Order: sequence, then structure tokens, then C-alpha cells
Amino acid sequence: MEKKSISAILKKNAMLIVLVLVYLFFLILTKGGIFKPSSFTELINQNAYVYILGTGMLMCMLTGGNIDLSCGAFVCLLGALGGVFMIVQGLSTGVSILLLLAIGVVYGVVLGFLIAYVHIPPWIATLAGFLSFRGLGTSILSANSKTGSLAPFPVSFQNLFYGRVFPSEKGVFNWPCFIFGLLMAALVVLVIFTTRKNRLAKGYEADSMKSAALKSGLGAAVIILVMTRLSLDGGIPTTLLWVAGIVLIYSFITSKTTIGRHFYVVGGNMEAARLSGVNTRRIMFLAYLNMAILTAIATFTVVARSQSAYADVGKNFEMDAISACVVGGVSASGGAGTVLGMVIGATLIGVINLGMSLISLDANYQRVVKGFVLLAAVVFDILSKQKQK
Amino acid sequence: MAKILLEMKNITKTFPGVKALDNVNLQVEEGEIHALVGENGAGKSTLMNVLSGIYPYGTYEGDIIYNGQVCKFNNIKDSERLGIVIIHQELALVPEMTIGENMYLGNECGHKFAINWNKTYSEADKYLKMVGLEESSKIQVKTIGTGKQQLVEIAKALAKKAKLLILDEPTSSLNEEDSRALLDLMLSFKKQGMTMIIITHKLNEVSYVADKITVIRDGTTIETIDNHGKEPVSEERIIKGMVGREITNRFPKRENVKIGPIRMEVDHWTVHHPLYPERKVVDDVSLNVRQGEVVGIYGLMGAGRTELAMSIFGQSYGVNFSGELKIDGKPIKLRKSESDAIRHKIAYVTEDRKGNGLVLSQSIKVNTSLANLDAISKNTVIDGDKEYAVAEEYRDKLKIKTPSVEQLVGNLSGGNQQKVLLAKWMFAEPDILLLDEPTRGIDVGAKYEIYCIINDLAAAGKCVVLISSELPEVLGMSDRIYIMNEAKIIGEMKAEDATQENIMAAILRSGRGA
Repeated sequence: MEKKSISAILKKNAMLIVLVLVYLFFLILTKGGIFKPSSFTELINQNAYVYILGTGMLMCMLTGGNIDLSCGAFVCLLGALGGVFMIVQGLSTGVSILLLLAIGVVYGVVLGFLIAYVHIPPWIATLAGFLSFRGLGTSILSANSKTGSLAPFPVSFQNLFYGRVFPSEKGVFNWPCFIFGLLMAALVVLVIFTTRKNRLAKGYEADSMKSAALKSGLGAAVIILVMTRLSLDGGIPTTLLWVAGIVLIYSFITSKTTIGRHFYVVGGNMEAARLSGVNTRRIMFLAYLNMAILTAIATFTVVARSQSAYADVGKNFEMDAISACVVGGVSASGGAGTVLGMVIGATLIGVINLGMSLISLDANYQRVVKGFVLLAAVVFDILSKQKQK
Repeated sequence: MAKILLEMKNITKTFPGVKALDNVNLQVEEGEIHALVGENGAGKSTLMNVLSGIYPYGTYEGDIIYNGQVCKFNNIKDSERLGIVIIHQELALVPEMTIGENMYLGNECGHKFAINWNKTYSEADKYLKMVGLEESSKIQVKTIGTGKQQLVEIAKALAKKAKLLILDEPTSSLNEEDSRALLDLMLSFKKQGMTMIIITHKLNEVSYVADKITVIRDGTTIETIDNHGKEPVSEERIIKGMVGREITNRFPKRENVKIGPIRMEVDHWTVHHPLYPERKVVDDVSLNVRQGEVVGIYGLMGAGRTELAMSIFGQSYGVNFSGELKIDGKPIKLRKSESDAIRHKIAYVTEDRKGNGLVLSQSIKVNTSLANLDAISKNTVIDGDKEYAVAEEYRDKLKIKTPSVEQLVGNLSGGNQQKVLLAKWMFAEPDILLLDEPTRGIDVGAKYEIYCIINDLAAAGKCVVLISSELPEVLGMSDRIYIMNEAKIIGEMKAEDATQENIMAAILRSGRGA
């Protein structure tokens, strides 16, 4: 196996390096504020919806740069309905969650059908939801509440989506959280090394010992670091489990399963995929069905965090999800991109947001910075790809 | 002797790796209709693209002398300014726009910032009359038929004040009646002093309209025949010029040919065009393929070969199918599904490997396994190691030149891409392979290797249908040959009875008899 040059490694992990640099930048600027245990919890809770919607958006974008404009407004509608179910009607948390997921499935089926079988361009099909869902959600809210918002959600619901696993006092070291971190780190090391061993045993190309050690070492170190900080802030946030679960599941689907492969080839060359026996319509259908279901889960984390459903909830979420994907190297024309890339993109945007609010930058300037970061990331990505040719 | 209007002298045009034109000479007299004939890929269109400035001055060698002056065209506008107007084979009209808008597209009349619509439409109507169209120029192009659209193209050329009109296969999408009308229109233009160059495959049209015929073969001018004798030039005479190359040992020998029973049968197969459902793209075709047999289907471009193959492959092209498809004597239920076709062990290897064959942004490995992912996965989870092993196996088997099977297919040469495409379908383990132009656009060495693969497939008992517009290829490879023209099978020959001349003659006969 030829040795990879340092520049090739840098190029491949460019966004990761940018993330580290930006983090260090804010570490200095906030005088360590961004390294406080509470900042870690905040980062995860604040951005949980970006990771979840970003995963759904990734699946849509893989099929050919298609997007879902309606997810932010759908969050508002589901939030309002959730408020009605749990607060006004007093339904149990479990029943309400199932009802909301069912509504997500219904919307996903309709949307997927329109896009995949009626051939409505995705951005037009989802524009309808973008325009109408927020109006619908707001009218439901104002019909059920004088203030136009519904609060508070039941404690059981909040514990499920904005609580802690084995909670402890802040500042008291939370052992379950730390041990969980150690286990995850060990798992990462184990997976990397067994894969390598298997490949070598069968005589295939594999990572060199050095790079495997580096990869697993870095991965384990980051996990242990994060979990140690979280141990000092009351334990594992439940949002982390939701996000990590979804990210892991979709990483597996996209990289290891036939259906995941189909998403990539449909986006890479729709005709070639069709003529190779791939049911391209079904893939398009699944992309949008999946997006609607993930939007429902994202709604839970957002509503639980704000403890209320209100008219502005979910505003610009679709843009956050698209940004995370694009910054994370997901191709705007489809067929390329990974869940891990999207996670890095979402984290980068999250770190920038958190850092800017920690130094109390004016909200308007925050938007300016975000806009430029997005553009810079894409320009950087395209230029580095052009050089490879 | 009339004045020479156009002279192309020693034109040589090289593309990376290919010499498309090699010292081509062409002389066109003022007021004549000059026909340019040759096989697909002989270089006719390239020559006309040089003339019209699509390939600008400096990208070719040699001189274009027009009206006594050496021309250095940088783009189409330059040549159009001198009255050289080309009408391409594919109609270049915007269906949603009106006839008038189309005619003055890019050539709008009026002020720089405002189009003078009154003038546009009145001028357009004037030119439409000249080509014999009664339609108003204010109706949308999509509302008129292809025959009339072709006339609009000509009117558009006239509106550009054409002095030398080049028509690239103007009748390829027209029926007999419309074709004849068009040819007569050309003759009437000639009376008015217009000079024309016509590129066509239909030799009966050539002898009908042309004053002179220039034959191009493999990028060189073979001869120019005068059509002014008492007898029109015979088609055999033209064909001889067109195909007169020698066939040397370009095809590997078939060994242990064992032809078994009929595996696939197609009965009275008719398919309609997906956008123009009234048009038949495959018309009452019946054919069969036997085990271990290589069956060639020869036809010119647009004869319906690809449409036939794709419609057999899970009805992946066309609408309103009728007819029957039998495999091993059992009729297959008609369904529009490619995966169904793969399940019935049919493979369609496309002619357009970049357009609908390969996923260029993915690796060799991913492309190889694509049509048979189930074979390397368990409960829909892909076994990455197995996939790698399969890709390696086919890379060795088909001699795909690449440092690694992780290489992106987009980075490979045409010949290697074609091999990856074949690898994909061989891995799908079909019994019947429909190979559509499997050697298009690849070099001679790679062609030979592909031929060897085809022979191996046949020797292994597969049924191979080889679709090609290269006559020598069909003749050199097939056990049996079907000839296709204008959506119909017009002949079937055993390989030993077939010659270039009698295949060409069959096509010409059918074209005239229609």
C-alpha cells in the first residue's frame, strides 16, 4: 500500500481540522468558557435537532441534491399538536409520542408519494408544507391558548428528551456517565482493530498499524474527554443518547447496507441505478418518509428543551440542517456525503453559534458570520476537490 | 465550369488519441447539391463542424476557402455572417416557443434592447411561405409535427440569409412522404441558386438530389463521384466506396462453438415512443437467440436497435408495449421493471456508459457489485470484504487497468470503463446479454479484448445479442445477423452468407420500398 502524503490526509480531514481550529479560537476568546462542562451539555442540547434533521436531510440530498424545505414548519405543527395532546387533552406521554410519529408517517407517505411517483420537484412539494404548516400550527396554538403558546409539557416527556441518565448534582462526578464513556471508547478501539485484523487475515488492504492506532487513539480520547466533562455537569443528557443512536444507525445504513448503497447510486446516476435494477422511485419515497419521521423526533427534543410549543418554534431549521450537510461535505448534487461529515459540519456550526453567544456577539452579526462561514466552507470544499483532479 | 464556392483543403482534425479527419478535401461548386456520405463515425459531422466554426480556426490544420477567401472562423456566428448555415440532425427548436421566436433565436430583429415583434413575425411568415409552410409563425413549435419542424429549421436558416446550406441527415426523423417533399424543396432552392451540402445515410436520396457525391471513410476522402451521367450513380457504386476497407484479423477466432436450443424469443414486439406515443420505435419485431450463440443486430443509428434492447430489458424504454417475450419457451409476464428482467437473467449493457451505465462518482468496486448487491450481502448488510474480493476477481478477469478497485470509475479510460460496465453485468450472472455498441469510442486494443470477452461468454453457454452500427464488427463476431431499419427487422442472415454489400443493399431496398 502506498503511503499517503500528509497533504492528502489534511485534505481528507479538512473540515475536522477547521473544527479544531475554530474550537481553539473560541477557547482563547472565551477564556476557557467553551470548555466548561455546562458548555458541553449546552452544545449537545442546543444542536440535537440539527444532528437529527441533518441526518434526514443527508438522506434526501444523497438522492440527487434534493432538500426538504418543510421540516422547520412541520416542527411547529407537530409541536402545537403535541401541546394539544399532552397539555390540553392530557393524553399520556407515550400515546402522544406515538400519535405524533404517526402524523409524521402520514405526512412522509404523502410527500414521498408526490415526489417519487407523481414526480413533483422536491423543493416545490415541500414548499407547500413550508408555507402552510406554520400557519396551521399557529392557528392551533391560538385556538387552544390565549398567549399563543402551550406550556409546560409533562415532566415525563421532558425527562425523556431533555433529561439526564442517572442524574447527579452539578459538580459531583457522575460515575455512570464516565464509565459509559470508557465503554464507548473501548468499543471504538475494538471495532477499528478487529476490522483491521479481519482484513489482514483475508489478505485485503487495511490501515497501517500506525494509522489504526492514531485513529482509535484520537477517537477514544475525544469520547473520554467529552464524557468526563459531562460527568461534571450532571450526567449523560438524554438528547446525547437520541442523537448518538440516530447517528450510529444511519452511519451503518449508509455505509454497510444495500439500501444505503442505493441512495448513493441513485444520486450518482439515476439512470444507471434504474437500469441496474434499483427501484429508484422507492428510494426517493423512503428519503422523504424518513425525513418526516426524523422531523418528529427532532420536534420532541426541541419542544422538551423549550418546555413549550410556540409559533416561532422550528424557524429556519431546514436551513440549519442543509447548512450542516453542506459544510459537512455532502454534495449539493447528490451521491456523495457521509453521516460523520454531516456531524462534523453540524458541530462546527454549533461551536460557532455557542462561541459567539458566549462572547455575547450581537445576534445580527452572528447571522452575518454564519452566512460567511457557510459560503467559505463550500468554496474551500470545491477548491480542494478541484485541485485533486 | 461553374465557380467553386467552397473549398476545404487538406483538413486534418485530431482529438486526443484519435485522428478524426486526415487530409480531407472537399470542393463545392456554386449552385450545386453536394452529398457527403460515409459510415457512422467516418468524419462527416466533424468536417461540417470544422466548416461552421464549431471547431474554431487553429484547432484543425488545413484551409477553408469560401468565395475565394481563406476563412478563419472562431465560432458559428462568423460562418453564419458569410451565409454558411448548418442544420443539425437533432432539431434545435425550443418546443414551448413560437415558430417566429425560434427562427430569430439568437438573431433577434429590432433594437438592441427591444425586439420588434411585428417585424419578426412578418419576416418569419415570409420565409415560412418560401419553404411551403402555411402555418402562422405565431403558433408554438410543439404543436406541429416533426416534418414541419424540419421545414421551420430550413426557414430559420433562410432567415439567416444562407448562401451555403448544410443539412445533416435532414430526413432521418421524417417519413417517406415528408422526406420526398423536403428533397423536392431542396431541388427548387437549387433552381434559385442556393448551394447545399447534404449528409445522409439514405443513398436513394443521394442519387435523387445530388450533383456530386463525396465519400468519406475513416476520416479521409475516398472519392468524389459525379452524378451528372445519363444513368444515376448506382447505390452499389457508392456502397463500395463507403465500406471498401479491408478486414484484417481484427476479430478473435471463436473456439468450440456449441449452439444449443433457443433460449429467448421475441414475438411481434411493438413499442411506441414515450413522448410521441403515436410513433412506433419498434415495429412488429420477432427474433430469437440460442444458447451459446452470438446474434448480431445491425442497423444505422435511429433504426430502433437500442429501443428494442431496452424494451426487452424490463420495458425500460417506451410505452404501449405489445408482443410476447419468451424465455426457454415460457412466456414472461410483461411488467415494467428492470429488476424483474435481471431476475429473469437478462442483462442490458448500455451503449451510453457514462450517461446511464456507470456511476462515475463511485468506485470500480461499487459499480461492479451494483446490479447484484444481494450476492454479496446478508440480510441487506453488505459484506465489504466479499465485495472487494469480487471486484478484484473481475478486475483480473477482464484486465481492467487500475491501481486499485477503490479507484473512481470517472478516472478510467473509455476502454476500462467499458470493461467495468461488462464486469457489472457479468457479475449479475445473466443468461442473456444484450450488448449495445459494446465497443463504441474505445481504441482498437481494448476492442479486441472486449471481443475476446464476448467469445468467452458465448463459449460459456450464454446468449449474446450484439448490437452495433459497425458492419465489420457485426460480420466478424456474429453467428447470425438480424438487420434492422426504421423500427423493423428487415432481414436475417447466417454469418457465412452475409457480406457488407448485401446487408447495405437490404437496408437500402427497405428504405425505398416503404
